[in-house]
Amino acid sequence: MTAAGDRLGPTLFERSHTGRGGGKVPHPPKDALARIPADQLRADGPHLPEVAEPELTRHYVNLSQLNYSIDTGFYPLGSCTMKWNPKVNEWAARLNGFASLHPFVPDELAQGTLQLLWELEQALAEIGGMRAVTLQPAAGAQGELTGILMVRAYHRSRGDVDRTEVLVPDSAHGTNPATASMAGFKTVSIPSAPDGGVDIAAFRAALGPQTAAVMITNPSTLGLFESRIGELLEAVHAVGALAYMDGANLNAIMGRFKPGEAGFDVMHINVHKTFSTPHGGGGPGAGPVGVGEKLLPFLPSPRVLREADGRFRLERPGERPDSIGRVRSFVGNSGVLVRAYAYIRAHGAAGLREVSDDAVLAANYLKSQLAGVLDVPFSRHCMHEFVASGASLKAETGIRTLDVAKRLIDLGYHPPTIYFPLTVEEALLIEPTETESLETLDGFVAAMRTIVEEAHTDPELLHSAPHSSPVRRLDETTAARQPNLRWKGMTGEQTPCPD
Amino acid sequence: MAYGPHTPDDRAAMRKAIGVASTDELFADIPAAMRASELRLPPPESEAELASRLSRLADRNRVDLVSFLGAGAYRHFVPAVVDQLLLRGEFYTAYTPYQPEISQGTLQTIYEYQSLMGELTGMDVVSASHYDGATAAAEGALMTCRATRRERVLVSRGVHPHYRQTLCTYFGGADLVADEIPLVAEGPASGTTDLVALERMLADPERPVAGVVVANPSFLGLLEPMAQAGRLAHAAGALFVAVVEPVSLAVLASPATYGADIACGEGQPLGIPLSYGGPYLGILACREPLVRQIPGRLVGMTTDIDGRRAFVMTLRAREQDIRREKAASNICTNQALCALAASIYLAAIGPHGLRDVAAMGAARAAALEVALAEAGAPRLHPGPYLNEFAVRVPDAAEVHRRLLGRGVLGGLVLATVEPDDPSLADALLVCATEVTTVDEIEAFASALCDEIERGRQLGLPGIAEASR
Repeated sequence: MTAAGDRLGPTLFERSHTGRGGGKVPHPPKDALARIPADQLRADGPHLPEVAEPELTRHYVNLSQLNYSIDTGFYPLGSCTMKWNPKVNEWAARLNGFASLHPFVPDELAQGTLQLLWELEQALAEIGGMRAVTLQPAAGAQGELTGILMVRAYHRSRGDVDRTEVLVPDSAHGTNPATASMAGFKTVSIPSAPDGGVDIAAFRAALGPQTAAVMITNPSTLGLFESRIGELLEAVHAVGALAYMDGANLNAIMGRFKPGEAGFDVMHINVHKTFSTPHGGGGPGAGPVGVGEKLLPFLPSPRVLREADGRFRLERPGERPDSIGRVRSFVGNSGVLVRAYAYIRAHGAAGLREVSDDAVLAANYLKSQLAGVLDVPFSRHCMHEFVASGASLKAETGIRTLDVAKRLIDLGYHPPTIYFPLTVEEALLIEPTETESLETLDGFVAAMRTIVEEAHTDPELLHSAPHSSPVRRLDETTAARQPNLRWKGMTGEQTPCPD
Repeated sequence: MAYGPHTPDDRAAMRKAIGVASTDELFADIPAAMRASELRLPPPESEAELASRLSRLADRNRVDLVSFLGAGAYRHFVPAVVDQLLLRGEFYTAYTPYQPEISQGTLQTIYEYQSLMGELTGMDVVSASHYDGATAAAEGALMTCRATRRERVLVSRGVHPHYRQTLCTYFGGADLVADEIPLVAEGPASGTTDLVALERMLADPERPVAGVVVANPSFLGLLEPMAQAGRLAHAAGALFVAVVEPVSLAVLASPATYGADIACGEGQPLGIPLSYGGPYLGILACREPLVRQIPGRLVGMTTDIDGRRAFVMTLRAREQDIRREKAASNICTNQALCALAASIYLAAIGPHGLRDVAAMGAARAAALEVALAEAGAPRLHPGPYLNEFAVRVPDAAEVHRRLLGRGVLGGLVLATVEPDDPSLADALLVCATEVTTVDEIEAFASALCDEIERGRQLGLPGIAEASR
């Protein structure tokens, strides 16, 4: 392995020197562990790095500066809703009353958080047109699993055990088919219609007494509203199946479309998308799930309940026997949910509707400005995101969407989602969100124009992009063939050994 | 709008460029019959009003009591540097590092997290994080089924009840079986996993076992016979899954040394706030031969085209966005920022500091044991523990409730989470860590002594019985 590059620092392990650091906690008495049997104790290590606070701080601050982030620039990553993460939400989640509350305290000590969670459930149910909401799932994918497990429990409760299939459009997020498998169902992939929407005929052909559920993302992953949704829902319910709504794209439709009212039986919500909780470099998020009347008995336990006297409490174990049970420990990602609650209270109904309106307006504006620059396969109005394609560019210049994305990095932008949805050739899925100014959007369009021009005049510049990033394109093949997944240099003789 | 930049002029300019007269036109695809009823929510609030509301809600929680509550979530001192660094927007407002050229900060910190957890557990492969200890345990158990192509796991009753319940939910969905290994009822090993029962359950040729799941320390705080349980599992061709608590691994034998194939656990004690149950950190780790079964993201070290060392997400063919219905799990969003918190915590506290945290907890717990026994609440089990243990308290729920009024949160009433286990009917699970003070222990013991005495004088049935 070669030495680290110009902007990359050493790892924590390379920074370690015996005797550095310390001073954070008092020392215990020498005999503190004398009562523990020797065979239960660790003989050696752990060989953790020893780093003093100044160097530790610089290590992480320098690393942070190698990241692209919303706080540093435009992040038009389609299907991820990289909107502004309000600072007051970070402050709120750190309030001692929220942050230091143990999850096993008696309900009477947790009235503030329980009230917040209960009110958030009500608000999300109202936004989704759902009967009730569980906040327990830790992420969107876990929300999907929770939803599909409830579907399974519903059918079984009716003695309807032969429903083995879940239908998923081919444009769906990968989590949908993976979820169906985890819940014990076979996924049937349904091709999209030529206009990007659901193919009703294909769905009708696949629907039957073996269908447990249909999972629909609306707006779809192409950024299009499924205008035939009513017809589809009718067909789904006609065969006794349930309709699952993947709420990943809820940011487009707040105040305009309530999935529960339209007839969806269950939906999940990604609060780290629509409700602005930070993505954290991959997580944490939270994936609340809303249900209609049919699935109400099967919600995971515990639910947050409001008593007649206005006090709040958690459901007790076994209180609701039809529940699918727990999907995780404790109540949920409460610290994340505080942020989502703050976001909703800051906006109110009119504000949330304006969020969706502005997100859709910005996406359509960007689409109109890029229409002559890249292919835009679907000409009708988009929702909060749209798919562009580099197919013509590739045919004309040999430049792939991957090259365009990497060149965008040089010009100061995070690339859009690329090669997704799988149904569009050389796809770029672009989602500007409602929190980016007109100047930012125009700057992005100008950058795209520059890149398309470069593709014709200097294609090598794009093939070899990025040039200005901390590192350039990576050797992913070697990473996979000879995986180096952890630092092992700390074990061995020269490592610091705790006294 | 609260955070958006658009002025009426901006919106008009965008509408003009698109060629629509109103924003409503953009929503024309929503069929008229499907349009939403009016959205009814409380009115919007300015940041000042919102901050005030949130402060009031936070103040309605009581976090001022002297607390001996653990049971899967632990109070620890967190060095100030941890949160200062977590507040770097470049970390917390970044997305999953799908574009490695501009995500080296996140990628390197995940690689370092994997390395730190590898060092604590002794495992070769550590996933970039799971939701929490419960889901990490469920995913670990599912791994054993995939790896052995068997459909049944055995889970010790000493594993946290929420983990067992979560595992059951996951296993039910996958049409797999999870059977419970009982605990020893009496004698010196009471409360620990019953190895005789385990051996018997493993011996059923009709129902081969994929994995055996045991926690150390157990939910009841006891140290388990991990080496023996692992040997029994392996002798039956099953894999051994250890559920561990990461701070304890500073002093306790690592899963690798007692032969675990998979280690999982809750990373919250490593610098992550209690936050009423989350976001926490699911630790999931395994030995190298299982690398293609482990779900969740993995970051590897590689080079860029100029030969510079760099980091990238790797072995992606396990993941849902590539493999769809054939993926190892549906997990996408994980707990990356919590993994970063754990890494910064470990780097700040260092190897000596982590040992001090674990050993100080053990010392305080020993003092707590003595004080509570003198107050009339002896330990429920005789075996060794690290920093958490169960005590017998007559009328535990009532005494616990009365202690609240005296400013003491006297651990967990075990019957509230294990209502079906008569051996835990009148018991509290109590815990001490390095932040527990001698004064707090005295306050707890003194209040408990008074309450037990009060119950005795009132002739409360449970207490009268206990004193006979």
